[in-house]
Amino acid sequence: MKSQARNDRHDSGRARRIRESAIRGFFFLNGIAAVLILAGIFLLLATSAVPAFREVRIGEFLTSAIWDPTSPTKPFYGILSQIASTLLVTVTAMLIAVPVGLGVAGYLSDVAHWRVREIVKPVVEILAAIPSVVVGFLGLVLLGPALAKLTGQSNGLNALNGSILLAIMSLPTIVSISEDSLNAVPVTYSEASLALGGSRWQTLIRVKIPAALSGIIAAVMLGMGRAIGETMTVLMATGNARAFPHGLLDSVRTMTSNIAVELGEVPYFTTHYYALFAIGLVLFVMTFAVNMIADVVLRKYQERER
Amino acid sequence: MSAKRKAVAEFLGFTLLRIALVLVLAAIVILLWDIVRKGGGTLTWAFVSQLPRRGMTEGGILPAILGTVLVTAVTAFLAIPMGMFTAIYLNEYARPSRLTRIIRLAIRNLSGVPSIVYGLFGVILFVNLMKFGTSILSAGLTLGLMTLPWTITASEEALKTIPNSYREGSLALGATKWQAIRTNVLPYALPGMLTGTVLGLARAAGETAPIMFTGAAFSLPFLPHSIKDPFMALPYHLYIMATQHHDLAKARPLAYGTALVLLLLVLGMNTVVAVVRARLRRKRRS
Repeated sequence: MKSQARNDRHDSGRARRIRESAIRGFFFLNGIAAVLILAGIFLLLATSAVPAFREVRIGEFLTSAIWDPTSPTKPFYGILSQIASTLLVTVTAMLIAVPVGLGVAGYLSDVAHWRVREIVKPVVEILAAIPSVVVGFLGLVLLGPALAKLTGQSNGLNALNGSILLAIMSLPTIVSISEDSLNAVPVTYSEASLALGGSRWQTLIRVKIPAALSGIIAAVMLGMGRAIGETMTVLMATGNARAFPHGLLDSVRTMTSNIAVELGEVPYFTTHYYALFAIGLVLFVMTFAVNMIADVVLRKYQERER
Repeated sequence: MSAKRKAVAEFLGFTLLRIALVLVLAAIVILLWDIVRKGGGTLTWAFVSQLPRRGMTEGGILPAILGTVLVTAVTAFLAIPMGMFTAIYLNEYARPSRLTRIIRLAIRNLSGVPSIVYGLFGVILFVNLMKFGTSILSAGLTLGLMTLPWTITASEEALKTIPNSYREGSLALGATKWQAIRTNVLPYALPGMLTGTVLGLARAAGETAPIMFTGAAFSLPFLPHSIKDPFMALPYHLYIMATQHHDLAKARPLAYGTALVLLLLVLGMNTVVAVVRARLRRKRRS
């Protein structure tokens, strides 16, 4: 190392400048790669989706509820049932995860002793580390039979099962970002509320949560983005029936699980094959939009904090 | 509101928060306990060291373990260096500009792309366009791209902990920017960068959707010979054993065993990282 440093010093200034900018250029290329990969994903998905629309009208693709690509008489390529199923399990998952997650975040930020917090936070993080296929497996062998017993259905593989699992999976995101934003609320806010005679509960509900709302919304959006794109859990736990869902106890097939079920069986380079990439493109656009909204909300909030 | 009613409301409110916490902790305990209890009986040395036998109703899961290790190695080969280089660019070289903002936005969006979409991308790019076929290479590269945003973020976090005075001290002695980074930043940031990226790899090792169509195989009675071969992987094997096996009842104990091995692998990597990090923090303090 030492001799190398000496060599460096003996370089002429010009060689040194050239080498420095080459190194800088190398790191820049790595940085710009992220943009290229994102653009590449979109472009390659789009080019693989386009051939599907030689046979299927885009309007029909997005608004028809019938997906029957292997019909011998007339194949149908409508993904409305899948979109509805995705939204059903995602929204239900959020209805479960948001109150629970926010409750845990509120507990950690305002009630818990710091020792309890030090233990609970990493334990909740364990949930983020459990592979989705393991969660889906438990939906199949543990939650499914439990739900079947409760509802009298034969197997309990339905939208509710998937929603509960997705809620569990998005909890770490919701808890940690909500807790961060609750902690970021200036102490003066809580002090003012307490000085006016508010209880700690009132301070949390009426002062801190409203003040942290944009952070909490961002947390929910990020959790939702994950839930929309989650594959293995819904694939294994929701039963995968193709019909349009009418309730939480219906078996559903989301966009992600439809791709997972059919891509393995479909012959390459057929309309059916391209249509699966078109579903992927719709999925990409949906999650992109949700993440962008989360990003804008979070950014606004961080700017205000400054 | 009277003081008493306020106290009651506070008690009830905080009780709700406690219930939320208990629900979450109960969910975690039930999830882990079920796998440990029902998978524990299957988990023997033979189970992790033998090939599957009799249509995967007997024998072990060695090919799946080996496949997951190999594919994760390919993932590491792509995601660790690229993640570190990108983090170095963002933290050390990039100035606040529109382009830097776009790069950061792209990274955040990459981490939000669904895993199955990475799988589709891998099918087009690696399996078809680059003609790697369904193989360890295709699956590893697909997982590598998916892991990249995590390794970038983790590496940058590590670089951010290095005080500016380290860089300035080196620059003041006449070092170039790269010399300063190489001698006064990277040696101190490297442990943090590596532990962070291992967490990303642990997540990649547990992923199923990206490898389903890029290389993971239903069942292979032999071990892979090269990275151009298809492979068995723990997460995909669990999916197969749980849903696609011809005799689900017979396969169930093996599915539980596979789930336990996968869980031990992933949580084990997480625990090692947590321990190393705690040790690093203590060292830095003293």
